[in-house]
Amino acid sequence: MNASIEEIREQALSELQAAKDADAVQALSVAYLGRKGRVTAFLRNISSLPAEQRPAAGKRANEVKKELEAAFSDALEKLAATGEDDREAIDVSLPGRPAPVGSLHPITRITRTIARIFERMGFGIAEGPEVEADYYNFEALNIPPNHPARDMQDTFYVSDNVVLRTHTSPIQVRYMEAHQPPVRIIAPGKVYRCDSDLTHTPMFHQVEGLLVDEQVCFGDLKGILTAFVHQIFDPDIRVRFRPSFFPFTEPSAEVDIQCVICRGTGCKVCSNTGWLEVLGCGMVHPAVFENVGYDTNRYSGFAFGMGVERIAMLKYGINDIRMFFENDIRFLRQF
Amino acid sequence: MKVSLEWLQQYVDIDISENALADRLTMAGLEVEAVVRPHSNIDGVVAGKIIEVRPHPDADRLSCCRVNTGSQTLEIVCGAPNAAAGMYVPCATVGTVLPSGMEIKKTRIRGQASEGMLCSETELGLGEDASGLMDLGTEHAAGTPVARALGLEDTVFEIGLTPNRPDCLSHIGVAREIAALLGKQLHLPEIPFLPESGDIAQQTSVTIENPGLCPRYAARLVTHIKVGPSPQWLRRRLRAVDLKPINNIVDVTNYIMMETGQPLHGFDFDRLEENRIVVRTPDKETGFSTLDGKSRQLDADTLLICDGKKPVAIAGVMGGENSEILETTSRVLIESACFDPISIRKTAKRLGISTDASYRFERGVDPGGTVYAMQRAAVLMAELGGGQLIGSYIDEHPRPPAKSPIRLSTRRTNQHLGTGLNQSEITDLLQSAAFEIQTVDADQLAVTAPSYRVDVFRPEDLMEEVARLWGYNRIATTFPGITAQAEAPGKSLSVREQIRDRMEGFGFHETIHYSFISHRAADQMLLPEDDPRRRTEPVLNPLTEDQSVMRTSLLPALLETVQKNIFRQEKTLKIFEQGKAFYHTQPGALPREIEMLAALWTGLQKPLTWHAKPIETDFYDLKGVAEGLLAALGITDGDFSALPASACSYTQPGQTAQIRCKDTFLGIIGEIRPAVLEKFDIHQPVFALELHMEALVPIVPEAAQFVPVPKFPAVTRDITLIIDQAVEGRQILDHLRKAETQWLEDVFLFDVYSGPPIAEGHKSLSVRLVYRSTTRTLEDAQVNELHRSITQSLLTAFNAALPA
Repeated sequence: MNASIEEIREQALSELQAAKDADAVQALSVAYLGRKGRVTAFLRNISSLPAEQRPAAGKRANEVKKELEAAFSDALEKLAATGEDDREAIDVSLPGRPAPVGSLHPITRITRTIARIFERMGFGIAEGPEVEADYYNFEALNIPPNHPARDMQDTFYVSDNVVLRTHTSPIQVRYMEAHQPPVRIIAPGKVYRCDSDLTHTPMFHQVEGLLVDEQVCFGDLKGILTAFVHQIFDPDIRVRFRPSFFPFTEPSAEVDIQCVICRGTGCKVCSNTGWLEVLGCGMVHPAVFENVGYDTNRYSGFAFGMGVERIAMLKYGINDIRMFFENDIRFLRQF
Repeated sequence: MKVSLEWLQQYVDIDISENALADRLTMAGLEVEAVVRPHSNIDGVVAGKIIEVRPHPDADRLSCCRVNTGSQTLEIVCGAPNAAAGMYVPCATVGTVLPSGMEIKKTRIRGQASEGMLCSETELGLGEDASGLMDLGTEHAAGTPVARALGLEDTVFEIGLTPNRPDCLSHIGVAREIAALLGKQLHLPEIPFLPESGDIAQQTSVTIENPGLCPRYAARLVTHIKVGPSPQWLRRRLRAVDLKPINNIVDVTNYIMMETGQPLHGFDFDRLEENRIVVRTPDKETGFSTLDGKSRQLDADTLLICDGKKPVAIAGVMGGENSEILETTSRVLIESACFDPISIRKTAKRLGISTDASYRFERGVDPGGTVYAMQRAAVLMAELGGGQLIGSYIDEHPRPPAKSPIRLSTRRTNQHLGTGLNQSEITDLLQSAAFEIQTVDADQLAVTAPSYRVDVFRPEDLMEEVARLWGYNRIATTFPGITAQAEAPGKSLSVREQIRDRMEGFGFHETIHYSFISHRAADQMLLPEDDPRRRTEPVLNPLTEDQSVMRTSLLPALLETVQKNIFRQEKTLKIFEQGKAFYHTQPGALPREIEMLAALWTGLQKPLTWHAKPIETDFYDLKGVAEGLLAALGITDGDFSALPASACSYTQPGQTAQIRCKDTFLGIIGEIRPAVLEKFDIHQPVFALELHMEALVPIVPEAAQFVPVPKFPAVTRDITLIIDQAVEGRQILDHLRKAETQWLEDVFLFDVYSGPPIAEGHKSLSVRLVYRSTTRTLEDAQVNELHRSITQSLLTAFNAALPA
């Protein structure tokens, strides 16, 4: 045995002091703690010591081994950290590599928002054809031929008895023909009217709603639609139900909300009335139930419809409905 | 419809403000769309008394006036020839903006101070007389606003009436509604008794040949009439509701229509052959000149008013030239009738005319008001035209309407509305709107609607009336019990929504285009004559030629959008649309509607950055999107192969792939042909992706199936092969995927190269193979053995070589 364990320790620690980099520390670690290292050799040779010295020497040698292991690993960690700190700085203000950013059309976004609110209230989603038989678009909805109510909607025709649907209401009829009550659906989709000016486009989007069950009343209609308006606009917004007329509902109502722009004090958007019309609705007319074979003595229900563009315009502050269909990329990117 | 407040006040005492009234009407279902004061543009014009007129020292035609406007005396230079001391004239004070837009300022005219302007009728927008100052007479004090002096302080309400309320298409109708809302008495004008002579029955007759189309026809005769202008008050009222005064006879018919809602017509009795009226349809198509001077072709089922020989009016729509009131007319036959709404509507639609009369008849006039309106008109004509009433009147009423009472249950009404009204409350509400009520039992009422409420038939109609009169906003807000199970969205909808989200994630912008496109689109896309996409559904009444057919493809509109955006200097575009295409099936039948996805990519692959040189997008960018979409949807066996050149007219031959899954054709990807781009005025490459949702949706797995993650390490080996240019990469990959081994987990291509040192006509293809066992760690030797055999099979199969 050439050196005492204390000497080995001293030497190892002083050499470690001098070690400049991780490789040097690694080499020291091998030189002292490796298979052929000095500490390892010392431990191996303990058996050659006098028996009475063996326990103390062994204990001490193991202590030193642990101390050195810790010292080397500390040194390595420190060196690693030092290296990180020394790396050249980068200009973090430069732009990153762009990840692709697309956009959904604002109409898609608002339709989804509307759908989600109604889904939370237990409504399912139905769809129907955009090119529709006169029967479903009008007659089944209690709008007979030559009725003045037909003037309420300027209709595109593809043949004598086939129209581009003027509202999503025909989906109500198709759904009721195929399902028995209870019914609780909304039906989003494109609709078409022969009208084009500053505030009208010949195609736009509606979301229709229908709830039929036993004992449904006008108060329920108010409840569901008030909840909807509060969720989509603002829980504090004032809502009013105003008598109106749709051939397929009775009583019929328009739902007005307090103007979201001026908060009801009167502005251009609300034509100084303080109110904005956002929904049409009413109790399903018995004639419609008769047309789909529902028992009017047992069932009652309500229907509603809203223009998606209108709501999108109010939510996003868009002032020209035509923007939705111009597909100007500078517009689309904003959503 | 416009109603005048001043006019309404004749029938009902309105003691609330204009805005409060507008609000009450709106909340009762008569939506007031605007409240206007038509003559607010002469606010600031007051009656001025001319005190002195002096000639202008430096201008022959001008005079200098001293004018008293009540509070002050003004110097005003005036050019009117009739300016005279003592005259009361309209004086526009400084700051007033006249209807012409001219603002009155303090000024000097030829050196003389002028502090206002004296006005003619024309300058106030009140009439045609521009010859001199308007003479206000002497009954108004200086300083009185001219609008008040002339009775022009009226307010006009514009009401957007719904089609179910024709009873409100008149001042009395609206006044009746107001009376019910405010709890006031309605004052209907009484018909005074005027001296009459003779008996109408001796002088004329009315024959209704077609009682189905004309349930009632009343007539009265007024003789010795002098046709002339109507008095000021009548002209003012007509103007207030946008009617043009014509003469005292025509004006009275219009006035009474606006008062009662009953359209009237005045015939020159002396121009009626045989001096009688026959209501009938012509046997055959016939020509007729209406009083607007147009000649019209009338169908055989057009209801006509005829004299003994010929048509004299199109019933309910417009009178004829041959019987209209002339300046020389002295005997007038007043028509007050009821016509079938559908017949009138058909006629008006066919002729393309909508008159105040046809508008009212289409919606339904009060069958109980026929005679009242006629009597009102007769008396007024006699008064204003100095005429003589002929005794009695004709009232042909072959089909009196039998209005039977409607049973209304209190319980059901409350159940339907969610109210808690008792029977007497319901009775009171309905009675306020002039419904007649009889109590049947503790629950049931028998309700008879007034004759003018042509919209009320069913108990639900009455419930609506109860709700409206009670106030919608007083009905408690409740929630329906949830018994319906909400259906999960259908698979098609959920797949389409997923695709939208993915496309957004891939950096695409969603567009929405009109479903109708130009009929020229098929030509622009170079579609062959027999292409099914030429079987378009036409729009019979398009707004423009560019919207004349329903689209059979989403691409034409997307290409137009590309062009427009490039024009706006947006040259890199990644856009998509999801929506329907429409295929014609059979005449008169619904078209087939097919959900499509289309995407276009043009310009750069990535936005310009400092990290890399800009790269133009190419086929493989969009193919990556398609592959990504399929992968995201869980479709693992999507297959892309070359589409035969003849199969797609609008993409570049040899550079178009078809996307299939087993036997199902899903869509295509390819570069749009320059010849097509040319037609859309696009001058940069555009790549297109089209997917048919109808084909795609059914093959989307309902839910992904979990595969255990590997426990053992993978070993990778690469192969580079030199093969003939003609060999498709897909063939190599397919060969490997089909290789008989359980250990080959995955293969992917990581390099394709042609050019030196590879021989001409060849390319090198590098593929990475991933080997893994699911049961143990593979040894190098085993993998090498397998890899060698796979390499060998590739070399043999494709006549390939390894790189030198």
